Order: sequence, then structure tokens, then C-alpha cells
Amino acid sequence: MDFALKNGCQHSRINLYSGTNSSFEIRDMKIDRLTQAAESSMTIQLFADGRYGAFSTNRLDKEELEKFIGNGIESTRYLAEDKARTLPDPSLYYKGGKADLQLYDPGFDAVRPDDKVALAMKVCDEIMGKDRRIISSTSSYSDEAGSRYMIASNGFEGQTISSSYSLAGSASLKDEHSEARPESYWYDSSLFYNTLIKEGIGTRALERAIRKLGQKKTASGKYRMVVDNMNSSRLLSPLISAIYGSAIQQKNSFLLDKLEQKIAGDKLSLTDEPHLPQSPGARYFDNEGVATRRLPVFENGVLKTYYIDTYNANKLETAPTISSPSILTMQMGDKDVDGLVALVEKGILVTGFNGGNSNSSTGDFSYGVEGFLIENGILTQAISEMNITGNMLSLWSHLAEVGKDTRRGSSWKIPSLLFDEVDFSGL
Amino acid sequence: MKYNRRDFIKTGGMVMLGSLTAPSFLGGLAQAADDKAAGISFAMNHFRVSDSDLRKTLAAALEKGGDYADLFFEHSYQNNIGLQDGAVNRAASSIDFGMGVRVLAGDQTGYAYVENITPEEMLKAARTAARIADSSLGKAPVNLTEKTVTNNYYRVQIPWDAISIQEKMPYLQVINDRIFESDSRVMKVNASLGDTTSHIFFCNSEGVTYYDYRPMVTLGAVCIMQENGRIENSYAARAYRMGAEFLTDDLIETIAKEAVEKTAILFQAIKPKGGEMPVVMGAGGSGILLHEAIGHAFEADFNRKNISIFSDQLNKKVCNEHINVVDDGTIPFNRGSVNIDDDGVEGQKTYIVRNGILASYLHDRVSAKHYGIPSTGNGRRESFRMMPIPRMRATYMEAGNVTEEEIISNVKNGIYAANFTNGQVQIGAGDFTFFVKNGYLIENGKLTQPIKDVNIIGNGPKALADILMVGNNYEMDNGTWTCGKNGQSCPVTCGMPSALVSKLTVGGES
Repeated sequence: MDFALKNGCQHSRINLYSGTNSSFEIRDMKIDRLTQAAESSMTIQLFADGRYGAFSTNRLDKEELEKFIGNGIESTRYLAEDKARTLPDPSLYYKGGKADLQLYDPGFDAVRPDDKVALAMKVCDEIMGKDRRIISSTSSYSDEAGSRYMIASNGFEGQTISSSYSLAGSASLKDEHSEARPESYWYDSSLFYNTLIKEGIGTRALERAIRKLGQKKTASGKYRMVVDNMNSSRLLSPLISAIYGSAIQQKNSFLLDKLEQKIAGDKLSLTDEPHLPQSPGARYFDNEGVATRRLPVFENGVLKTYYIDTYNANKLETAPTISSPSILTMQMGDKDVDGLVALVEKGILVTGFNGGNSNSSTGDFSYGVEGFLIENGILTQAISEMNITGNMLSLWSHLAEVGKDTRRGSSWKIPSLLFDEVDFSGL
Repeated sequence: MKYNRRDFIKTGGMVMLGSLTAPSFLGGLAQAADDKAAGISFAMNHFRVSDSDLRKTLAAALEKGGDYADLFFEHSYQNNIGLQDGAVNRAASSIDFGMGVRVLAGDQTGYAYVENITPEEMLKAARTAARIADSSLGKAPVNLTEKTVTNNYYRVQIPWDAISIQEKMPYLQVINDRIFESDSRVMKVNASLGDTTSHIFFCNSEGVTYYDYRPMVTLGAVCIMQENGRIENSYAARAYRMGAEFLTDDLIETIAKEAVEKTAILFQAIKPKGGEMPVVMGAGGSGILLHEAIGHAFEADFNRKNISIFSDQLNKKVCNEHINVVDDGTIPFNRGSVNIDDDGVEGQKTYIVRNGILASYLHDRVSAKHYGIPSTGNGRRESFRMMPIPRMRATYMEAGNVTEEEIISNVKNGIYAANFTNGQVQIGAGDFTFFVKNGYLIENGKLTQPIKDVNIIGNGPKALADILMVGNNYEMDNGTWTCGKNGQSCPVTCGMPSALVSKLTVGGES
């Protein structure tokens, strides 16, 4: 940073990353793949004469870095001036002093490779040979730990350190009545080795694959739709993308000019809770160093905030909020996915998405889905090869119930959801 | 706009590192064989490794009894510039440097990589990867010899590191200006130009070594328009394995025109009624159908593991006998082309469907060995951090013999799919999807109402068998197609003549 400031930059921000990772994949009780590595990198953002450039490298030798930064400064100076490119107001920075968020497992380096392989083998063993229709049993263990350090020339310095572990199983079956080979998976992930779920992952993956046997499409029409907690985030994602400052500033958002307006059903209440200890996504500052805080995003269907970083705040001549979500928590109801299914007379439980997209300007969406037909509160038929189509504003206005079954291990804590009046296309 | 290399002032070339400039043998009149000799020598110097370092590392990789080992060295540097709100006001560059060691023991793979290329670090990585094998019977690698690569499908005229940021900027500015000039509804334009240059050096325990210089460029523009309070967006983009000769005035005009047209049509478009119906795939980007419906399911790793819906279909009839589908790594300057794949196998043109018969899977070294056949040269990896796996290159259907008008005239009620954004497939179930950004209704054999934003879903084997007519208007789509698989991104392309699929499920209102 000193080099950048001495060579023509008025400001600079630097991010350093250093981390290690390993993974072991098992197929039919043999190690299929093992990978292990360590890596480091640096990104420097340069603010020179009202111009901005970002430069990253994994070549961290001092001489090469100086040459790299020198070239970066030279390049940046050719760009058009952009007065909106500034570092945040220092008064917004996280100043330190809060309790450790406990995102790093101190025992990370003590987990032995043989134990990692044994865990993955156990998952595979829960699948292999447990059903005559199984054609492939796979599992994997992976972990990573990394440290990030950030410093900005107008007075920010911060560091985070975190670890994560995951264990997954996958089963493929041959359907005896067709050419289809349905596959499904299950996994757990945790910041801590001791709390990683180590039992039952393979069994659950196999159960999920077996219940997909005999999938077929059903009649097109309007159905009530339950989306399980593995997939509900997919429907929230276009709403969150639409409230980023970059989308608002570029007028490429179906939630443009919708602040403080009711855009969804009463049951949508969503809060950003950045300071939950031992939770993936927890952080005291964002990628600009700005201090995070609890932030209502939707309250009873009313949009309460945009995610506005420094650049877009300057462009929009408004106050910044925070650059991106940390931990999104949805106000929950009192039923799990089975409870939601039980409420439905005629509907479809969506347990997987297959492709599709959402138009960022209009909110029009269309996604491929698979799942189960619900008749009188009971799952009666595995379905696949169908689409759901509609508009995000209309969909979320038809939010009927929110479940209580969020999955751990994810920074978006979104339970199973029930929507009314969804267009399904099939037969 | 043209640049004159003699007038070029080499300042602001965005990323330079040590000895890094485009090797002198890349331009001019040098022959391929000379290029390769110069390449190996350049690469060893560039990565600061000796013949002895390579042989010691390969020996360490095989010391636990592995069957095969390879070393993959990569130095990639990427530059991006972006235009927003009327000015080229952002730049980003990155350097990625490192090497990976892969060890094979039967179908099993051990992999490790390092970013700091020293003899000690390489040995450490080799010993980590070696652990995939568990015998003490080490093998002595053979002497290293150079792989003769006969073709260069992406010879550059002007290397990206030979032009400066200020020479690139005007192209984005002109795109912006053309788009604004051509339609008063335009509110915003976001344009970007990205170039990547990769130096790849490879050697393996069979004695093969090669050097490959891989350029890549993408240029795209997003256009946002407003009409009567309604906002729509679309984009146009091109991507090739080319040097800076890629940038031409004609290209800029084409991208600007296409971005405006693709956005403007959306204001007239509706969502169709959903359900099963005939779909006419327009020429070009419709190749996404091949990529998703059959391409992935033909990748041999899925078939080796018996989990693809096409696992039992090799040499069987899968569609009309007039249909030929190719996966090709040899198209000059194509985004999916490979002189030599990341397994050390030369780029090839592979018929995956020939005269309606499933003729070949797409193989990497592991699957080829499993099936006891030569690799098709589809072993590709995202970077030195990843092991190669079977990946598509440029996947397309060869032209048929009817006109597009004839195809459309055969459809009473259906849709015509013109432009696409993304797709996906479930390998085992065979269900695939692609998202149609815009198209048309077909009513009584004619294109009528524009449509937009619908997902189409089908089943691979059924959709292939349901292709009833193939047009004579084959087109390659040279957009910025990027394929994701097992956490690895890979540049690909796809192409297709217009074709009629008798039945697919179209998303829409009921």
C-alpha cells in the first residue's frame, strides 16, 4: 500500500488471502480422487486521480508485486474519471472490539487424512449394496480453512479467519421400468469438525434417490406449491439480486422505486443478522470494511432496504447501507415440510430445480422443476420434466405459509415455503 | 479504428511479470515445428524448471506405484475493462500462476498443486498426489520428449500484451455510442472487454511434453431500455481464441446492433401458454439443446460410472439417420478449440452421433483407458488447481437439407426459439432445460407473436429421437458460452442448423 500511495495513488485498499483445502472422493468404497493444496493471493484496489482499478495476483514476491502495482497504476490513469469511486467514509468502518464470532475450528490442522477418508467411506458404505437398483455410490469429504486480511488507506484494518467441513453422499439407481437413472444426494456442512453430522448422510441420500423412481410429468395447471428447504433460497435469490445498489443504479431491477412498498405477502419477514456466532456468513464488516448491523430487509411483505455500497451510494446520491447480505433469516412459522404438504389439497412439492432463469428487469421467471404431486395432503407421485413460470412479484404476493425447518450450514436460513396459484407446465 | 503496431507505445500494457511478453515465435513466418521447439524452451525458462526437476518430480509422483503422472504448469493473465454510464471507468487485471501434479492409479486420481514453483514445492505436491496409489513399486519415468503438435488453431497476430488499455477503450465507447444513437428508449449500456493469455506447459510420465499459448477474448454489451414505464434488458457478446486482431469496426457495429434488437423485441413479447408442443430451434445458439440434451450425457466419465442415461446406448441408433452431431476442438479461433488437451492429447474432431448412431463418447485419459480406446482429446481443466475431466469443446449438428421456412411451415401450433441464456441437465434422469430469452409463437406455419423468458424442459433420449427436420442453415454461435461441471468452468461453444423437435415442454401460463 505504501508503494501504491508513493507512486501516484491517493487511496488504496488491499485484501490478502491465505488458505488450505483438501478433499477426498469415494466411489463404490474406493478412493476415486484426492486433492490437497495451499494457496495465497492478493487484490489491490487503486484510486488514482479520481480513477479506479482492481488488480489481483498470486505472485507475492516483492519485486514482482511492485512491478505489478506500477503497471496497475499506469493502466488506471488511462481510464475515464469516475468521482463516485471512493473509499467508504471512515466513520462507517468497523472499529473492532467485539467478541470473536467463532468461525474457525482451532482443531483444523489436527484432523488426520485417514480420519477424513474413513468418514467419507462410512457415508459410501451407507449406500453401497443397500438396494439392488443401485448403480453408483459416491461420497466426499472436503475441508478448507482460510484467513483474510484487509487494509484501507483511510484507516481500516481487519482480519477474519474461518474453517469449514462438508460431508456428502450421492446415490444413482437404475429404474427397472425405464432407461432413467435417478440420482440424489444429501450433505452436511459445518464450521467445526465436532459438530459435522457424520452419521446417516449416505442413508438419507439413498432414500432421496429411491423416492425419485418412477418420475413422470403431470398435467399443466395452477397448483399450490411447497418448496422444500434445500431449494427455497433459489426463489428468494432474484429478490435479493434486485435490491443490490448496482441493479438499482443501472435501473436493471424489478424492485426499482419499491422501497417501503408492500411487494410480497404478509408472511415475508426477512432480517439480515450478521453477528450470529458460529454461523456461516457471520461478519462484523463487509468487503469494504463497513460495519455490519442487524438490518430488516422485508417486514410483513414491505421492502425495507437496498444493499448499497459506497460506489452506488455516491452514484445515487444516497446513504450507503451495506454492500451485500451476511446472514438472512426468515421469520418462521410452526410447520415443517410435511406439515406444509398436509395443508395442500392439490399441489406440487418441489424438491429440485433444473435450469431456468429470472428476468432481472421485470421479475419474469421460468424454472424447470422436479418433486412430487400432492393430493389431499399426501405425496402420491414423483414428478419431473415440468416448468414453473410467472413473475416474482406475483409469486411472493402469493406466499401462503412459511415453514420452521431451516437447514444449518447455510448463510441464508430459509425454511420450506408454501405458495398459492403457481403455473406449472407439464402434459 | 485500427492500430499500427509500429506506433504502439508500450505503456499501460496492464499485466507484466518478469520475463513475460508474448514469445517472439508466435508471430511471423515460423513453422509449427519450430514453434514447438521454441515453445518448450521458452516454457522451461519461463517457469524456471529444468529437465532434471521435471524428471525428479515425476519420479516422486510415481513412487507409491501410480500408473501415470503428469505435471501441468500454467501462467494466465487476464485484463478487463468496463464501460458504465457512458465512460470506460473501471479496469481489473489478474495473474494466476502455478502447477499441478496428477497421479493415476487405475481409475483413481491423486492431485495436488502449488503456486510457488520451486523444486522442493513440486516434490512435496508430487508426494501428496502419489498417495492415491498404495504400493511401494515405484516406476522410473521415461525420458522426456517433445510432443509434435501439427496444428495451431489459434495463432495470434497481435498478442494482448502488445496493446495498451488506451487502445482498447475506444471500442467500448463506440459500442456505447452506437447503442444510444440507434434507439431513444435506451437508458443504460454496460459494456466490457476481457482478454486472457495463458502459457501452458505440460509433461507426463510417458515422456510427452508440450507448450501451448492460449489466447481468449470476450466482448459484450448489456442494453437496458424503457418504454412506457416498462424496463427490459438483453445483451450481445462474442468470444474467440484470438489476439487483438479480434477488435474490428465491423464487430463493434454488429454487437451494438444485436444488443439493441434483442432488447427492443422484448417490449412486444408475451409469455406463451405452457405445455407440450413442437419447438423449432433457430440456427446457432440452439446448439445449447445438443450441449444439454446429449453432450453432457455423452461425457465418458458419466458413462464409465454407468450413471448416464446413455450408458447402454453406444453404437445404437439414437435418432434419425440423417443426423450427425460433432464435438470439435479444431475450429480455427473457436472459443472451445484446443491444440492439445490438458491430458496431452491433440485436439480432434469427434463425431458423437453419426448417421443417427451414437458413435463415440467424449473421453479423457482416464475414461479412454477404462474403455481401452484412444482418448478423443476432451480432457480439459479450468486451471492448474483442477484435474482434467471429460469436457465438450465446440458441439454442433451438421446441416440438413431443408430450409427454415419449410420447417416452420410444418408446425401448426408451437414456438420458435431464437435466443438463449442458460441451460442445465440431470445426467441420470436425462431431463435437460434451456432458457429462451426470446422467440416467437408459430401459428399455422408462420412466425407470429414474439415471446420471452420461458424455460423449456425435455428428456435427452426422447428429444433426440423427436428431431424430425434439420435445416440447411448451420450456424456456430460464437457467444461467451461457459460450461460448469464438478465445480470447474470451461469455455465452449455450440452450433446448430434450424431444427424441429416434435415435442418439448414449454414453460408458460396455464
